[in-house]
Amino acid sequence: MSAPPIRVGLFVTCLVDFFRPSVGFAAVKLLEAAGCAVEVPPTQTCCGQPAYNSGDKADAKAIARQVIDAFEAFDYVVAPSGSCGGMIRQHYLALFADEPALHRRAQHLAERTYELISFLTDVLKLDRVEARYDGVATYHDSCSGLRELGVKEQPRKLLRSVAGLRLEELPGAEICCGFGGTFCIKYPAISDRMVADKAADIAATGADTLLAGDMGCLLNMAGKLTRLGKKVRVRHVAEVLAGMAGETPPIGAAAERS
Amino acid sequence: MQPTSRAFKENAQRALGDANLQKALGMMRTGFPAKRAAVVARLPEFDALREQGKAIKDHVLANLDLYLEIFEQNVVARGGQVHWCRTPQEARETVLAICRRLDAKTVTKGKSMIGEEIALNDYLEQNGVTPVETDLGEYIIQIRKERPSHIIVPAMHLVKEQIADSFRQTHKDLDPARPLGEASTLVAEARTVLRKRFFAAEVGITGANFCVAETGSTVIVTNEGNGDLTQSLTKAHIVMASLEKLVPTLEDLSTLLRLLARSATGQEFSTYTTLSTGPRRPDDTDGPAEYHVVFLDNGRSAVIGTEFQDMLRCIRCGACMNHCPVYGVVGGHAYGWVYPGPMGAVLTPTLIGVDEAGHLPNASTFCGRCESVCPMKIPLPRMMRHWREREFQRKLSPPPHRYALRAWAFVAARPPLYRFATTLMSRVLGWVGAPRGRFRSLPLAGGWTRGRDLPAPQGRSFMSLWAERRKRSA
Repeated sequence: MSAPPIRVGLFVTCLVDFFRPSVGFAAVKLLEAAGCAVEVPPTQTCCGQPAYNSGDKADAKAIARQVIDAFEAFDYVVAPSGSCGGMIRQHYLALFADEPALHRRAQHLAERTYELISFLTDVLKLDRVEARYDGVATYHDSCSGLRELGVKEQPRKLLRSVAGLRLEELPGAEICCGFGGTFCIKYPAISDRMVADKAADIAATGADTLLAGDMGCLLNMAGKLTRLGKKVRVRHVAEVLAGMAGETPPIGAAAERS
Repeated sequence: MQPTSRAFKENAQRALGDANLQKALGMMRTGFPAKRAAVVARLPEFDALREQGKAIKDHVLANLDLYLEIFEQNVVARGGQVHWCRTPQEARETVLAICRRLDAKTVTKGKSMIGEEIALNDYLEQNGVTPVETDLGEYIIQIRKERPSHIIVPAMHLVKEQIADSFRQTHKDLDPARPLGEASTLVAEARTVLRKRFFAAEVGITGANFCVAETGSTVIVTNEGNGDLTQSLTKAHIVMASLEKLVPTLEDLSTLLRLLARSATGQEFSTYTTLSTGPRRPDDTDGPAEYHVVFLDNGRSAVIGTEFQDMLRCIRCGACMNHCPVYGVVGGHAYGWVYPGPMGAVLTPTLIGVDEAGHLPNASTFCGRCESVCPMKIPLPRMMRHWREREFQRKLSPPPHRYALRAWAFVAARPPLYRFATTLMSRVLGWVGAPRGRFRSLPLAGGWTRGRDLPAPQGRSFMSLWAERRKRSA
């Protein structure tokens, strides 16, 4: 008799839910292929980061409590985002530092919350995927995943197992793209210059595909690349690893007319 | 100095359009991080050293009264004097009083950010004392009547052609045929002019990178040697210092010195490390007759015990700004006061008030690169967030942002309402955006779409598709 499957609660993230559900389905496919039973609690909305980073602790706490309520029963919580993953893993603890009961629950949740790709490699010990993608891809390290969760080698390791894909490293891959959540709304001109520099670095690699693990950065970089007329296909890394890139146009691109 | 931090956005806009500044920043963005990374890679124990450095500073901050007293006792025991100054005005007056007593007409100055903080040069000039900056970068911005744009590279914002122009305008007896095209020729020209000024000065003012309690020494690190001439040729040496500089012992000093140069310039050690311990002794060959340490508080002691205390560990290496993507495109002047970049975004509101400097802790993507390179492991993003909390509580952030945030949070805390709103909006935007897959402009998103497209949603929200899938499989 086999062990019962690992119960994973998928934290979809507000940007994937709204802009790009295909990333959520790619995450489900990867998790199910690795033997997880995936559930999607319907009471989730956002991790609360916009409020938290705007200094609005009361609203951040209300939303964080909602996440704790929805997800604490699962074996693991997985998000296709280092940013939301980092919020739940690190910052909920700070939010509830003065409320012992909630802090304990936040701690319990934090210990079992992961960013998708690092969950696949570090917890499920996955070292390859069955997928094909024909192209030269470069990879941008989103800041929260990189610095809060240590996501660096994990996506590269799995991408190397994708048939047909060649990985071309991006110079300055660890430099912020300028998205920064509400930053891009509060300081759009600065944000735009940062992403312009990033787009130039991406174009200079000669890669035909840009991958990353966070929807916010991807929307920002894709939006700049299309505005500049660069023919770079931008996708969430999960879509490529799940072998689902053929099912939907890249971010910011129109569906091809048949 | 009148802060312009309230105009951060306008300052930044100007900076983004300044071709010379952008060229200078481009060189900095690649230069400093690469040098630091290389030198850190050669020192496997660098991270352990950071922990030690942090522990030293935390220990000092926990026992500050003790070490301040020991420091003063040791300065006095060696014939020097410590002046405790609560405010910038007290510090300025203290310096001026020493200059007046010694009938000083000219003072030479090594680099001092405390000097900038109290706008010492302006004050001395207004009172008939001519300050001469002797650090090359400080000298350049002094003749250009500018402020430092970086805490260790004051003229970081300039390219060498601008510096050559300034020298030709200011140095009246400069031979027009003398070439100034290279950094080395610029240095030679500045040396020629400054050499005379060193001998003319009655008082020398320097900053302090560290103050060592057990010996009463102050320490400066430079790459030009200008600080040594500033303090040894004059009648009096005045050291400008603040709480952040204090370390217990020489052993602790050596730990911090190993961190400082590597973090700052990517050097293993700065060219000159100078310890000054009291005035000239009878058997010394040279040195100042008087030795003064002006210790400025300016609100720092009030930071102890607050959520901003960790900021007092700062050793002013500049690594945070060298690695900051925002500083990297707007430069230091945009921040509108003395301290720019991430450390300035935390420190400036403590010194001039968050009402004045409210933009600074907001102008960060929280990418965390500053904290990851900080030799003192100061949680800079966390403290910027604390400032944002205070701003939010006091309703200092712009009302449209606040209302939009509250409205969003209201919906986000009500899942059915959130589901309804997002499902509808992603449908509408997905449908409108489908032909191109993106928007070139969109109401309420003008800031974003001015320079970049907004990718269109795929059209259905994940949650609605997931609900359908569940229904089908049920």
